[in-house]
Amino acid sequence: MLEGYIPIFVMLAGGAAFGIVMVKLNELFGPKHPTEEKYTTYESGMEPVKSARERFSIKFYMVAVLFILFDIEVVFLYPWAVTFKGLGVNGFITMAVFIFILLVGYYYVWRKGALEWD
Amino acid sequence: MNNYLTDFWQATPIVSLAIFALLTLIVDAAGKDKPVLSYWMSLIGIVVAAGFSVASLGASTPLFNTMLAQGGYSSYCNLIFLGSAFLCIVLSRNYLERLQYHRGEFYVLIILATVGMMLMAAALDLMIIFLGIELMSICLYVLAGFIRKKEKANESSLKYFLLGAFATGFLLYGIALIYGTAGTTNLALIGKSFPQLSHNSLFMIGAGMLIVAFSFKVAAVPFHMWAPDVYEGSPTTISAFMSTGAKAAAFAVFVSVFIRTFDIGGTKLSDVLAIIAAVSMIVGNVTAIAQNNLKRMLAYSSIAHAGYMLSGIAAGNIEGETGILFYLSAYVFMNIGAFGIISWMEQQDDKKLTFDDYAGLSSQHPAVAALMAIFMFSLAGIPPFAGFFGKYYVFLAAVKAGMTWLAIIGVLTSLISVYYYLRLVVLMYFRDGQASIEEKVSAPAMAAISCAALFLIVLGLYPSLVVDIAKGFFKI
Repeated sequence: MLEGYIPIFVMLAGGAAFGIVMVKLNELFGPKHPTEEKYTTYESGMEPVKSARERFSIKFYMVAVLFILFDIEVVFLYPWAVTFKGLGVNGFITMAVFIFILLVGYYYVWRKGALEWD
Repeated sequence: MNNYLTDFWQATPIVSLAIFALLTLIVDAAGKDKPVLSYWMSLIGIVVAAGFSVASLGASTPLFNTMLAQGGYSSYCNLIFLGSAFLCIVLSRNYLERLQYHRGEFYVLIILATVGMMLMAAALDLMIIFLGIELMSICLYVLAGFIRKKEKANESSLKYFLLGAFATGFLLYGIALIYGTAGTTNLALIGKSFPQLSHNSLFMIGAGMLIVAFSFKVAAVPFHMWAPDVYEGSPTTISAFMSTGAKAAAFAVFVSVFIRTFDIGGTKLSDVLAIIAAVSMIVGNVTAIAQNNLKRMLAYSSIAHAGYMLSGIAAGNIEGETGILFYLSAYVFMNIGAFGIISWMEQQDDKKLTFDDYAGLSSQHPAVAALMAIFMFSLAGIPPFAGFFGKYYVFLAAVKAGMTWLAIIGVLTSLISVYYYLRLVVLMYFRDGQASIEEKVSAPAMAAISCAALFLIVLGLYPSLVVDIAKGFFKI
């Protein structure tokens, strides 16, 4: 059973070896002229002001979480839309239940003010 | 594909409770700052679902292309979960008002967690088990950190979430391996080919991973590390809910996978479970002695109780299943009762949680002390309370399965447990102290706890009430 996979393993091993060899060759033979500028953080040519590790407002997370929730909904809607005719009334009602549950969540989020930035 | 829409009308307990969860959420969002409405809505929802469960206790029918079972075993388990949720909600109202965290979401999350538990008990397919466990766990992660400005609550929520996510990984990997070897996720089909599959090492690894995931949810040693910290940091009523409802749900899955589906008697899985059971009983009971915080003591005691019940799973016979169902019915009520009384005593900033705070409680509040004593006697397994017969049935199952050593460890460790349960009783009755409950206990909470205590006594005097129902499920 496993014999069929041999070409894939050869390919994987070859790819990994090629990548490692190329990087190592560069390191060995490449010219090195370090200056201080070369070691600073590259930020589109701007001078870095301070560390990027600081606390962000919870609002950004709220937007991200809500985005994922309603994005996933679309992921479910697409395959349903493609096979809509085959699924018939069953599919329609099941999807209606799903959308309704989502709408309840949307109503809750809206009323609790999670959609407002200020 | 047959028409499964009509099945929605048959899966009444689950569907009705889910509808009530959505309604409660709408009510909570529409009326601002009226959590009392959500409180009543959730209680009504639980009563309705319990009514449907009682009506379907008799026969069991598969629904949704054999994904869910409606009635019989699942209905019985539903009643246990609903009882736990009902008591937790009644106790929570005053507790949350005192801490100024009375919000409608609390009740919605409890009901949704209960829906997850009911899915777990009704599952006829590994995917539904996964769905149910996740629905329950995610609600509990949020509830554990509900007192969100308290540092310990945050700690417990995060700890539970991270470790729970890890356990979920084990569960999924186990399901994947079982699907890979059995070719199906349907429990009945896996059960049919179990005799051949049990010689397949990949399948056994998959089943082992299921044991890891479920043992995490029931807090059995060595997957118990989260329990004391999480129970200590969570709101006390949620600790009660986690240690009863969630644990009962995990045991319902344990029974339906490892006893009703796999015939594990005499296989290696049975040995593994027996060892986990023995270690849980020893570690849980010995560590509980050293605790001074009551919530931590009850956490370790719940680990020990998971061990007692696991010896019924390890036995893997009919007696094991009926024993566990009986044990759960008793355990849920005695543990939630004990946690409930702790929630009355507790003061702001985790004060009044140690043993010494209960010294002399009987002179100030004789009724509360008497109730606590009943729960402690029952947890210790002293007749005539229901806890005794729970232990009796699971140890009997272990002996019948040829695991006498496990029953002996069980009896010896429950002797150890008598020490720390009775220590509280001695403090309440035979020591002088100023123990008092600052605020008046609300009448519904008092009634609920009294009913739980009464139930324990009735169940202890007439254990056949439950055993006959439980035995009936095996004939189907």
